[in-house]
Amino acid sequence: MTLRSILGYLAVALAALYALVVVPAAGDMTTMINGTVYASYGVLVLSLALIWGYAGILSFGQAAFFGIGGYVYAVAALNLGDTTLSAFIAVLAATGFAALLGYFMFWGRLSDVYLGVVTLTVSLILYRFMNQTAGDEWTIGVAPLGGFNGIPSTPILTVPGDPDTMLEPEQIYMLAILALLASYLLCKFLLATRFGRIIVGIRENESRVELLGYDSRYYKLAIFSLAGGIAGVGGVLFANCVFVSPNMFNLQTNGQIIIWVIVGGLGTLAGPVIGCFLMLMLATELGTLGQGAAASWADPNLIMGVILTAFVLVLRKGLLPMSLAAFDRMVSGRSRSGELAVPVEKSVAAE
Amino acid sequence: MIKNVNRRTLLKLAGAGAAASVGPFYLRSAGAADTIPVAAIHDASGGIDIYGRPMINCVNLAVEELNAAGGVLGKKIDLVNYDAQSNMQLYTQYAVEAATKQKADVVFGGILSASREAMRPSLKRFKTLYFYSLLYEGGVCDRNTFCMGSTPAQTLEKFTPFVMKHFNGKKIYTLAADYNYGQITAKWIKKFATENGGDVIQTDFFPLDVSEFGTTIRKIQAAQPDIIMSVLVGAAHNSFYRQWVASGMKDKIPMASTTFGIGNEQVLTSPEEHNGIIVSYAYFDGIQTPENLDFLKRYYARFGEKADAVTEGAAMSYHAVNLWAKAAELAGTTEREKVIEALETGLSFTGPAGKTTIDPATHHDTLDVYIAEVRDGKYNVLESYLQQPPADTAAVCNLTENPNENKQFVIDVQI
Amino acid sequence: MDSLVIGLLQFLVTIANLALVAAGLAIVFGMMRVINFAHGEFLMLGGYAAIVSNQAGLNLWVSMFIVAPLVVGLVGAILERLVIRRLYGRMIDTMLATWGISLALIGIATIVFGNTVAGISPPLGSLSIGQYAIGWYELFLVAVVAVLFFAGWLFLRFTSAGLVARGTMQNRQMAGALGIDPNRVYAVTFTVGAAVTGLAGALIAPIAGVVPSIGAVYIAKAFITVISGGTAILAGTLASATVLGSVNTFFSFVLSPVLGEVALLMAAVVLLRILPRGISGRFFRRSL
Repeated sequence: MTLRSILGYLAVALAALYALVVVPAAGDMTTMINGTVYASYGVLVLSLALIWGYAGILSFGQAAFFGIGGYVYAVAALNLGDTTLSAFIAVLAATGFAALLGYFMFWGRLSDVYLGVVTLTVSLILYRFMNQTAGDEWTIGVAPLGGFNGIPSTPILTVPGDPDTMLEPEQIYMLAILALLASYLLCKFLLATRFGRIIVGIRENESRVELLGYDSRYYKLAIFSLAGGIAGVGGVLFANCVFVSPNMFNLQTNGQIIIWVIVGGLGTLAGPVIGCFLMLMLATELGTLGQGAAASWADPNLIMGVILTAFVLVLRKGLLPMSLAAFDRMVSGRSRSGELAVPVEKSVAAE
Repeated sequence: MIKNVNRRTLLKLAGAGAAASVGPFYLRSAGAADTIPVAAIHDASGGIDIYGRPMINCVNLAVEELNAAGGVLGKKIDLVNYDAQSNMQLYTQYAVEAATKQKADVVFGGILSASREAMRPSLKRFKTLYFYSLLYEGGVCDRNTFCMGSTPAQTLEKFTPFVMKHFNGKKIYTLAADYNYGQITAKWIKKFATENGGDVIQTDFFPLDVSEFGTTIRKIQAAQPDIIMSVLVGAAHNSFYRQWVASGMKDKIPMASTTFGIGNEQVLTSPEEHNGIIVSYAYFDGIQTPENLDFLKRYYARFGEKADAVTEGAAMSYHAVNLWAKAAELAGTTEREKVIEALETGLSFTGPAGKTTIDPATHHDTLDVYIAEVRDGKYNVLESYLQQPPADTAAVCNLTENPNENKQFVIDVQI
Repeated sequence: MDSLVIGLLQFLVTIANLALVAAGLAIVFGMMRVINFAHGEFLMLGGYAAIVSNQAGLNLWVSMFIVAPLVVGLVGAILERLVIRRLYGRMIDTMLATWGISLALIGIATIVFGNTVAGISPPLGSLSIGQYAIGWYELFLVAVVAVLFFAGWLFLRFTSAGLVARGTMQNRQMAGALGIDPNRVYAVTFTVGAAVTGLAGALIAPIAGVVPSIGAVYIAKAFITVISGGTAILAGTLASATVLGSVNTFFSFVLSPVLGEVALLMAAVVLLRILPRGISGRFFRRSL
């Protein structure tokens, strides 16, 4: 272990300690509600950070699995009453859907921008479909899908084995933070295994890995399904702090996730989560600047757009890798690159 | 004393915290005891802001007027405006912030039904009184919530027969926005049309982002109805009126609408597109009462000649703030329970929209309903019906008997 | 009989609309392999350029056919110089950067014009066929699209600039080796693509109206049409607009407009699964 990775784990541990002990002790409800929303998105962005940063799969429609997780949870919980079981069903459904889509794409040898288009299209199909389910005929069991308005009566998670005791918002907050931490550690662990190294190999040079005798399709399918499941966890959490609605699938949601990854740093896990938290905090703050302000200079679209363009053009590596590089220079007096390098984009010119 | 909470410094502070970012090191807003904290949560930016802006103006105007007249219970109102940026999750976040951090005594706001449902549970949980001012599909039954806007049965019971008589037709073709409001409104139209000897021959639903109506117009031409009833909502649906005129249908089939004008469509479409459309709301800026004319004078003096035209939602926001202030004065406190009890005495306020009276059983209001014709960007009021009760919500909700009820009923329309 | 004629016209109108909103994107993608995510906002700017100049007293046709392409072409030229040029060969980065531009343009348009729908009424009146009627303007758009694509074909096929363009399309390195400055070709291409998009935006403005966020309605459709079409600018775009437009109209009539859109998207997914390089990656390989 290098000094840097030790410090990295220490930082994660400190952040977790802060979020799990200091914040609840302070008992500030607003911070906890905001934290829950941010953490649910954090889990989602982690799933994209994993497949885009490490497997080179740019899913433009990662929110599809987030939305499916949320919707399946809401429908199952309304029908079954047992929310713990419903949460498991929801994550399974998101994983299964990702597996199906992955099979469809990887066995069709879709890659690069074409894969991006297919994933985005699938997410938009779900968006359009869910948006037109306001009628009475769109009811699954006792759960109306609700169309544009979504399902405001999404049940809250209960204590496992005790379906009558709903979790308090403070407990949902703790759960969301723990889920984020667990997802992070799972990804970290996975990438350290042999499987993880093959995945990174595929990102670097897919044909070379295939020549070594690995069928890259299976590996991509596995990591894509896993990421779908993680995004599903995010969806269940989101359903518990806001509620499910078709906007979970829309272009903005899909776009935001990509921005967070770019801002935080492609090719890292913690970076995108940091990017996600910072950008969401920014959005929350923009709305409280007072009436008039948000409609003039502080148009949220304008700010997001400028940030995204600036990061792609100038701050290409993202926040975390840049600060790590600065740290390295401080420690060793020279800049290092390598393990955190951004993957080289392949041009898809059809030469 | 409209205050802009400026927390850019906090943002920097929090930014420095990076990973440990959701921090409780929050600066307490200076909630001194000599002011009354009040929150307003609307969309001031994003796709829904056309509805939000006039509502925010009216809340601001009402608060400024109250403060100028000495405040409520001798204290100034300290209003904080939150901009939810047309983003539902921000409604949940700001509702909690308003209730627990700002410690607001009352929250005004919410535009789409989804935004109201994003706030209602949190405000109930943290015991913060809530007023919702937009017209909506009806059915909310929650002691903590007062719904000020009109509901479908209030307007459509009189509107549907009026339209059939006015256009001398019986075959109605309904075009509705595909969400709860549109679905329920379409059912009420069918019910009242049938009861008055007419017939809804077809109802088509369109999600809010549909802007291509070519095939629909062809279908309407094939069906040959006498009247088009439009329940279309939002910016994208505006293009229907344009495409309708482009297809040369404007003078062939007349149109009525329950939604034209909620987002100031009369300003955004041209006279040749909207002249002759009949609409019905609980407020029009064309109402010729002294209260309304005076109100409009104050409104434009405060926000400029180019300010967004006052919609029903905006006028009801003005009523809501004043009703709450009246209730607080009556109760002698801003404490939630006492204010609710004061409102439940059947308190009423007469303002730009006429007289609105709180209905204690439903926490909706009995209000005056108007029918108007759109002509050259303005409304000519044709008819008014005083004091229409919220009959649809009353059929499912009785908070006097069941004060612990907390849900939105889906009203089952018996046709 | 009447319904058949009107149905056929509706098919043509839908296909032409799709081809029109995708044309500028196709030029840029076909020539440069650049996915311009700000395409929808170029449409939006074209619409505003036409409406604002028309409201300022300019003739409607001049505003649509001259002012809008000029304004948006200029915006395109500036953005190419400032942003796109720095990212050539990095497809994903270009996509992300143009997407940032797209958001920024929405923001700027919101600040300038507000979040309300601006519109001009469609000119030309309507054509009655039995109990049906269809706007002449919509049929006029079909003609404009036909002329636009035919002009594109003539240009590529018979002019020396068209030869340079075709050469660059087929083999950039070789064209470069023959002394053609690819940067110049790219700058011109992007400007022309933007201008065509501006024209398209102006042309659809009377039908759809313009809001700052209107790009979002079109970007997904245009993007999917172009990618499904593949890299042949004219043949690919026309082919995929025809396939997707037909699917859309058919299901809109039979089911509902939304399910028509869903059918369009599904058709695109299936199309890409069968033909991963788009229609022109398999058929019309040598076409333009």
